[in-house]
Amino acid sequence: MTQLLLFNVTNGLIIGAFYALMALGLSLILNLSNVINFAHGGFLVIGGYLAYTITPYVGFWGALLIAPVLTAVIGLAVEGVLIRPLYGRDPLYSLLMTFGLAFIIEDGTRFIWGAQGKPVTIPPFLARPLSHELFFITGYRIFMVVTVTIAVALIFALLRYTRLGIRIRAATLDLEMVAAMGVNVRILRSLNFAAGIYLAGLAGALAAGQLGLEPTMGTGLLMPSFIAIIIGGVGSLTGTLIGGLLIGVASGVTAVFAPAASEAVMYVLMAFILLARPRGLLGEEGMMT
Amino acid sequence: MTGTLSTRKLAVLLAIWALLALAPYWMPPLGGYTALGTRVLVLALAAMSVNFLLGFTGVLSFGHAAYFGLGAYGAGFALKFLAPSTPLAIVCGMMLGGLVGAALGWVIAHRRGVYFAMVTIAIGQVFYYIAFQWSSLTGGDDGLRGFSRQPIDFGLFKLDIVSNSETFYYFVLVCFALVLAIMAFILRSPFGRTLIAIRENERRARFLGIPVDRHIWIAFSLSCFFMGFAGALYALVNNFADPRGLHYSQSGDFVMMAVMGGMRNFWGPLLGAAVFVVLQDYLSSVTVNWMSGVGALFVVIVLFFPRGLLGFVRSKSQA
Repeated sequence: MTQLLLFNVTNGLIIGAFYALMALGLSLILNLSNVINFAHGGFLVIGGYLAYTITPYVGFWGALLIAPVLTAVIGLAVEGVLIRPLYGRDPLYSLLMTFGLAFIIEDGTRFIWGAQGKPVTIPPFLARPLSHELFFITGYRIFMVVTVTIAVALIFALLRYTRLGIRIRAATLDLEMVAAMGVNVRILRSLNFAAGIYLAGLAGALAAGQLGLEPTMGTGLLMPSFIAIIIGGVGSLTGTLIGGLLIGVASGVTAVFAPAASEAVMYVLMAFILLARPRGLLGEEGMMT
Repeated sequence: MTGTLSTRKLAVLLAIWALLALAPYWMPPLGGYTALGTRVLVLALAAMSVNFLLGFTGVLSFGHAAYFGLGAYGAGFALKFLAPSTPLAIVCGMMLGGLVGAALGWVIAHRRGVYFAMVTIAIGQVFYYIAFQWSSLTGGDDGLRGFSRQPIDFGLFKLDIVSNSETFYYFVLVCFALVLAIMAFILRSPFGRTLIAIRENERRARFLGIPVDRHIWIAFSLSCFFMGFAGALYALVNNFADPRGLHYSQSGDFVMMAVMGGMRNFWGPLLGAAVFVVLQDYLSSVTVNWMSGVGALFVVIVLFFPRGLLGFVRSKSQA
């Protein structure tokens, strides 16, 4: 029983780390640019497939480093051409735009890489389980959690201590004022968008090794990320992080007792939050609501 | 001036209704079929219900497919478990979609903008999830089967909407006209004018003492009732209710139809729905990559026709 519980909690934590990584990227873009990026799952898929494609040339580690950067570059291009013209308009338009992009990306990946799932090989020493009793904790899973932790720590450090990060945070609060002080808001938004997409690409590259690759995998991860943001509170990155981990672990624990309800629990959590604390765990009243 | 305008409006209205009423006659020669026309009508009704909220109240719900789907399941359950009666099915579907929407609207009506959109998406997915998982009741992924629309007994005569697709088209058209009349009546009433005032300037409306949140809640609920009605009709069209009818991608399609046609125009969503359905039908018959086609359509409309086809035509004719 303890082992089963431990197994599912670990599982939930790993899934939760994924949700958090996805949701953080979404949240970054949402907070600064007021864009709900429906194509975020699509960028995750692109990251995964790019990693799969370049692994034969640069190896597993190289792919892990390069694929997210490439994804971010694609994101930068998409932002510059398709999303930038929409910033001044009703958020409805960027929503529909990314919604259409998600279609195109899913179809495009199917066209380029085929509808069949792709298996991804990981270095053998990462594939080994830690011990006999803890057979479910493979090296790769620990490695994933560590990588996510580092990435999240870096993003938070970037936002807290660098000039760019401070500007992003300031612009989230008052874009006009930051623009008036001479900051190039256009570049700021682009870099912020790229950072969000980088996180999606990283999640994709990591997911490739754990879940395998399918063109539709991004869509399945999108909704939990939305819920993570709502639970954590729109406007708060820390909240988003907690929200993601929370729904991951909650569905892991539920899976022990009622496997069928493991997905339902995140909707229940969301309903509870919406009723009891509509602004989310760490959301501030009045911000974006 | 106003006299000529209103005659022009009247002429346009007459033309629209004549076009709709004669659809079973002009569609087949153009390569269409009556059932396609029925589908366009039902989806247009749904898109207009979305637009009631989006275009006339200025509130973006991106989860309205949930109430559409609830309407469909409501109608299906009524036919399957209650009684074999078409009107009862429609009422049940409308009630299920509308009441659930009204209850949820009460919780979220004071939210705005992107946050409102996000919450409606997530709430909508809850119903998709329920319909998908509760297979003993809903049939899960396979959808709800085992019911079919029933002939309508008027006492003197029976209306055979089961086997005769033309009669069914006219039945749907009458329902469509009925709901549209109610919608237009509401929009022309002081209440409807207030909704437009909220859309134009919410802060000013608030200063005028209008209870904005309550108005938005009522508008949301009304649009959910309309949506449930459309969903019930959709279940009758297909004799089938599908969990994908509740999915957020369906919501996106409805919003797209409204935007594509022109969301500031009462008739815009009808045009949008017609173009969207025909295009999707055509694309999926000629290419397996129809998803890219639909996606590209979204991109093009957003970038180049943000005010929709009718808005585009209007600005051209004024220029």
